[in-house]
Amino acid sequence: MIKKLVSVLALCLLLGAGTTHAGVTLEAFKFDSKAEEQHFKDLIEELRCLVCQNQSLLDSDAELAHDLRAEVYDMIQAGKSDEEIVTFLVERYGDFVLYNPPVKPSTWLIWFGPFVLLLIAAFLLLRAVRRQKNTPTHVITPEERARLDAILGSTPPEQDKQE
Amino acid sequence: MTRYLRYLVPLAIFIVLVAFLYRGLSLDPKRVPSPLVGKPMPEFSLPRLQDAAATISDTDLKGKVSVLNIWATWCVSCRAEHEVLLLLAKSGKADIYGLNYKDERDKAQQWLVQLGNPYVANAFDADGRTGIDWGVYGAPETFIMDQQGIIRHKHIGPLSVDALNNEILPLIAELQSTP
Repeated sequence: MIKKLVSVLALCLLLGAGTTHAGVTLEAFKFDSKAEEQHFKDLIEELRCLVCQNQSLLDSDAELAHDLRAEVYDMIQAGKSDEEIVTFLVERYGDFVLYNPPVKPSTWLIWFGPFVLLLIAAFLLLRAVRRQKNTPTHVITPEERARLDAILGSTPPEQDKQE
Repeated sequence: MTRYLRYLVPLAIFIVLVAFLYRGLSLDPKRVPSPLVGKPMPEFSLPRLQDAAATISDTDLKGKVSVLNIWATWCVSCRAEHEVLLLLAKSGKADIYGLNYKDERDKAQQWLVQLGNPYVANAFDADGRTGIDWGVYGAPETFIMDQQGIIRHKHIGPLSVDALNNEILPLIAELQSTP
């Protein structure tokens, strides 16, 4: 069972490592500078490809990803701001294209849910610790001590003597 | 009470979890709701599939309940869907327009000859730019517009007879009755 689990995990890691930046060869887009190229890459990495949904536009080799990369490139060349480009895509494909979803009522759960869970867990932990502290420690009576010695053997273990 | 709580709370969490997971089984992550539903259809002007010299635009679809179907000959499930489109065309309830998406003109024309032509007219979107404006991410997709040209529904994936009878036709009938 554990062995199986480990091998599955290993496989996931391997596959994960493969996809993170197996990276498709980007089309031969021309950039005036390295910084501009980086800006383009940073932008499309934040955008999700709708065809292979766990890949960004930077990673995906889907037909649509090619088209959308070209579209984003054209918009950058036309001097559009990142915000305008993102709005363009969200208007057509919805918030789904954003790997970084905006904070609004319908996304509160994903944004704040983990913190709420953390708070609940902290509260429960605190309560448990406090409760443990308050339980009176049981003091052994001489009779109980005698019984204990009888069960464990009449002489206490070596280590205890040394201590 | 507190004695039962330690059993009830995990049970409640378990039930909630199962409910979410069960719901997840019937959700298709490939179906991304379109932000275009409820908005006016995107403007376009494209050459017609059957006649490259003539154009077709969004105004051709306005003033009546219309259906826009995105298809291509390379799209396997479009072939499966084709018969349903023929059924819809035969019913005569609404005009079906086609957006031939990133396809080859001669292949697409041949397809219509071979399988039958349910479309009133087809727009030929060779580079897929109009497709992007419509938020197309995989053919086939089908949009239904009301008389004002507002998108009322988007069906993602191939239309089935079931979807035609239970979703598409009732919606068209409803839109026809409200001018």
